[in-house]
Amino acid sequence: MIEIFGVPLQGLFGQLLVGLINGSFYAVLSLGLAIIFGLLNIINFTHGAQYMMGAFFAWIGLTKFGLSYWAALVVSPLLVGAIGMAIERTMLRRLYHLDHLYGLLLTFGLALIIEGFFFNEYGSSGQSYDVPDALSGGTNLGFVFLPNYRAWVVVASIAMCLVSWFLIERTRLGAYLRAGTENPKLLQSFGVNVPLLVTLTYGYGVALAAFAGVLAAPVFQASPDMGSKLIIVVFAVVVIGGMGSIMGSIVTGLGLGLIEGLTKVYFPEFSATVIFLIMVIVLLVRPAGLFGRVR
Amino acid sequence: MTTGGQGRVALTRDYWIMSLLLAALVAAPFLGLYPVLLMKILCFALFAAAFNLLLGYSGLLSFGHAAFFGGAAYVTGYLCKDLGVGPGVGILAGTAFALALGWVFGSLAIRRAGIYFAMITLALAQMMYFVWLQVKLTGGEDGLQGIPRGRLAGIVDLSQDLNLYYFVLALCAAGFWIIYRAIHSPFGEVLKAIRENEPRAISLGYDVDKVKLLAFVLSAGLAGLAGSTKCLVLQLASLTDVHWHMSGEVVLMTLLGGLGTVFGPLVGAALVVVLQNAAVFGRWTLVAQGLIFVICVLVFRRGIVGEIAALFRRVTRPQKP
Repeated sequence: MIEIFGVPLQGLFGQLLVGLINGSFYAVLSLGLAIIFGLLNIINFTHGAQYMMGAFFAWIGLTKFGLSYWAALVVSPLLVGAIGMAIERTMLRRLYHLDHLYGLLLTFGLALIIEGFFFNEYGSSGQSYDVPDALSGGTNLGFVFLPNYRAWVVVASIAMCLVSWFLIERTRLGAYLRAGTENPKLLQSFGVNVPLLVTLTYGYGVALAAFAGVLAAPVFQASPDMGSKLIIVVFAVVVIGGMGSIMGSIVTGLGLGLIEGLTKVYFPEFSATVIFLIMVIVLLVRPAGLFGRVR
Repeated sequence: MTTGGQGRVALTRDYWIMSLLLAALVAAPFLGLYPVLLMKILCFALFAAAFNLLLGYSGLLSFGHAAFFGGAAYVTGYLCKDLGVGPGVGILAGTAFALALGWVFGSLAIRRAGIYFAMITLALAQMMYFVWLQVKLTGGEDGLQGIPRGRLAGIVDLSQDLNLYYFVLALCAAGFWIIYRAIHSPFGEVLKAIRENEPRAISLGYDVDKVKLLAFVLSAGLAGLAGSTKCLVLQLASLTDVHWHMSGEVVLMTLLGGLGTVFGPLVGAALVVVLQNAAVFGRWTLVAQGLIFVICVLVFRRGIVGEIAALFRRVTRPQKP
């Protein structure tokens, strides 16, 4: 049995993989937060609740309507995105002329409503969701055993981040989004429907969270508080990485996930706090964040 | 975030309201009101007023005030229960802890502005939550229960609800007075200037970071005083006090009562505590709190006291024809 610093390789690899999965979720969620913040200037506190809704809709789809995992991967983000767009149209829109803090307070309230609702409907225990047949089992890499589904989560998350990068940096719609982030008034005067763009952007950012939620359902189960626990860590990730660049979000998210995994193996008592400690160090050394622009 | 003109008239009005309120609170236990509920309201009112000093008057949204409130409660609880310290020393130590923690959090958080400030305070408070969860002396999930109220200065028996009530009233009134004086001092004016236009305050030569930090530390310390006092009243310090729900609750109280108003936090705290005690919403409490947040932000931004003040201004100063 191979050991590294007294830890069996299989155990170390297992924790690193969980770290990588967490890191993928950090990446997808902080990316969504950054896209929304760029155009709306709002920190979406509901993001965690929307991630949780993504997982629950997948579970409800499977148990009530026999919706397959693959269909849920599409339907659940679309549904959560649509609800998000309705929220933007009816509520967030009224706050753009106010201090940014009101957006945070409103989305915090919405998060409480959603979380409270799911608590009452489904209780605090998690709802388990089976790994889809095509991804069950694992692959023996010779030195370790790699569960297929976990590998898929990491690959799918990174792929989703790259698709987002392509959409934003290489398409016309993405160019509008970037222009709107810089100067929405000027963009509007060129005849672009900026309010519609804002709605679509919010919907997309939220759908990303729901996508991560569906991916998470078979790994962590669907539970009402899965989102609020995660979102606070993601806030720290955002402070560490800054919201300046997409690649920055991916690198920071995955890197912090790995560090968290390593801490779980070698210093388990620090595993819950390590990301917050790194945030403190970053604030001391580089207050703008690793990839951040000061705004 | 509005403030009325604080002229001499407004000050006199505030003194009248405060005197009446104090007289009512002194008499309250004899009017059949339950002292423990009153004390709980007082503690949360002080907590919300301390929070309002930061958000209402400095424009800094801290989403981590539970760390000071609950942290101080743990320190006081541990000292009074496990080390047999008296209530006065226990409360002093808890407040001192909150001041120190406030200095650390404040120094870190003011490095970023606006939305980041809120996220950093939330993350730091969550870190403290995990610290309290893991530290042995807090009793983990059970918390510290049956904390003795002890004797004040070895003489006054605080296990009598009425004695404790007047002690708590004195502490909270003192805390509230400190906040009131801070708001209406030159320091308070600088705070408002920073809230309204930070670059201009800098260009006028104010050390903005120092002023913000001072406000943060003051707010944290008074939140700690509220937490320590609450711990003696309910004889309990638990993870609920340091959870992010608690940080959200104090935002809710302040928002509901009226941001940046002197008496708003008191009204908001009283309302929220009474509603919780009566268990009006039962298991829908979380949803109800969320709804109040949404309603306050969308249509009721001035809060209860802010709306009343606006109505009062409209009545007393009719518009020119």
